[in-house]
Amino acid sequence: MAIAGTIFGRLLKAALTLLAIAVLNFFLIHAAPGDPAVVLAGEAGAADEQMIADLRAQFGLDQPLYVQLYRYVGNILTLDLGYSFRQGAPVLDLILERLPATLILTLTAFWISLLAGVALGVAASARVGKFTDSLITGTALLFYATPLYWAALMAVLVFSVQLGWLPGFGYETVGSGYGGFDRAIDILKHLILPALTLGLFFMAVYMRMTRASMLEVAQQDFVKTARAKGLAPSVIRRRHILRNALLPVVTLAGLQAGQLVGGAVLTETVFAWPGIGRLMFESLAARDYNTILGVFLVSALMVIIFNIITDIVYRLIDPRIGQKA
Amino acid sequence: MSLWSRFATNRAAVIGLIVLIAVIIIALLAPVMFPKGPWAMVQRPFLAPFDTDGLPLGTDTLGRNVLAGLIYGARVSLLVGLVSTVMALLIGVPLGAVAGFYGGWVDEIAMRFTEFFQTIPNFALAIVLVAILEPSLTSITISIAIVSWPPVARLVRAEVMSVTRREYVDAARLAGLSNLHILTRQVLPNTVSPIIVMASLMVATAILLESSLSFLGLGDPNIMSWGYQIGAARTVIRSAWWLSFFPGVAIVLTVLALNLIGEGLNDALNPHLTRKGKS
Repeated sequence: MAIAGTIFGRLLKAALTLLAIAVLNFFLIHAAPGDPAVVLAGEAGAADEQMIADLRAQFGLDQPLYVQLYRYVGNILTLDLGYSFRQGAPVLDLILERLPATLILTLTAFWISLLAGVALGVAASARVGKFTDSLITGTALLFYATPLYWAALMAVLVFSVQLGWLPGFGYETVGSGYGGFDRAIDILKHLILPALTLGLFFMAVYMRMTRASMLEVAQQDFVKTARAKGLAPSVIRRRHILRNALLPVVTLAGLQAGQLVGGAVLTETVFAWPGIGRLMFESLAARDYNTILGVFLVSALMVIIFNIITDIVYRLIDPRIGQKA
Repeated sequence: MSLWSRFATNRAAVIGLIVLIAVIIIALLAPVMFPKGPWAMVQRPFLAPFDTDGLPLGTDTLGRNVLAGLIYGARVSLLVGLVSTVMALLIGVPLGAVAGFYGGWVDEIAMRFTEFFQTIPNFALAIVLVAILEPSLTSITISIAIVSWPPVARLVRAEVMSVTRREYVDAARLAGLSNLHILTRQVLPNTVSPIIVMASLMVATAILLESSLSFLGLGDPNIMSWGYQIGAARTVIRSAWWLSFFPGVAIVLTVLALNLIGEGLNDALNPHLTRKGKS
């Protein structure tokens, strides 16, 4: 019951946010230097006079601004993200074609970073002030300062160029003719480096958060009670501290998932991973604004969906939340 | 204990400060060390590092001095990091302060607005903004500020809310001081320390953002930056590792230094807060 209400509230909010982003996109197109029709068509030369004239008519660029806005937002809400003259295809098709690769990459990176981050955070908090703690905290600090794309390049250099362990390029071996299980293994091999390097920064974030949260919960009275009862430290850590310490980490993870989608632009660029991030990078060079804005909208949508899922997970972990409201 | 001696007890923070000061000095001296600028072609392309006299880090794909590029790049990183953080503070602090001080519907609107910007994937928005405004130092700085202010607004709002409930603020109200006076003279000065800590970490994040944008080719075309160096060398990583390696090290060192300073400031300015996280 409570969860159904929450989902409805969240969906309403999500719809409003999406609407606001569509409006933002509209104003961004108008903020770009030059004629909006040319902006939408991509770099001059990509579209001929007729196309520009069609665009003008389609968006009603001769109409007052609010009519244009109404039309634009209407188009977006009916999932018409415009046409990419550069790629010669509707933007929505381009995005849908590449979305699965991005989802595989970001979700893998998300789980790797969350599981490794929590595990390391717990390990560090269990040995506060000792060598293990300093080592983990120090490494996290280093990852925290490392640019995503540079970590990716260095990983290619070491594990792909020097050691030859893993492929550093693409989504699968082109022309290998693999099918079924072999193909899955092949994709998995291609996935390891991009997912690890994308997750590195976030792993550091979750590790720091878990460590701080574990130490804070460990000070609370119910933990003292558990200790006084004579429970084993490992049981206290797992059943009493970790459960409570995870709450802020889950919240943060939900918020950070959005940054993961942004970071995918960098990772996909380095690894030639055929997702929407790579699509955005290619569109930047071609100044294909329609596609850029489409990817932007879809990545915002992914963030919204991530946040709704987090909200629900949060309520499942801690039933106390939502009771008051 | 004075602020400095509390800061100095954190040895990592002191090292961070030394590194940052070194980077600042190098950035300032760039035109003295390399009067020809970072774009001048000085030798054959693809010279390996540590091989040629006067070119300790080798040359890039066009025969430019990698070290010169690195040192000029420090100027952009520091400048963009600093200016965009100041701009983000100029948006976030007033918004958060007004929201926290007045509460009610003002707070509601301000926080919905902030939340909206927090929902949008930060880096994707920065890319879109720079791409549409045309890449330049100004558009990059503005874009980074636009994606960085929401956490400031939230922090300031929370701080202002807690300070506004204190008794001396009631006293100021009874003394008939205006709202503006109370907010700027009595409330905001007491929220400065967490803002300073956050700002030092924001400079670090801004440097990472700037380098990521330049890496994607969204840097100012007239200015040498670390991200541009790495981006330009991306396709030749197999044959010329040093072109992307050294600028990356420069970024990591600078960002790490700023993060360490931020932690040191946090320890020094909020001593009662940090102890529970340590030992």
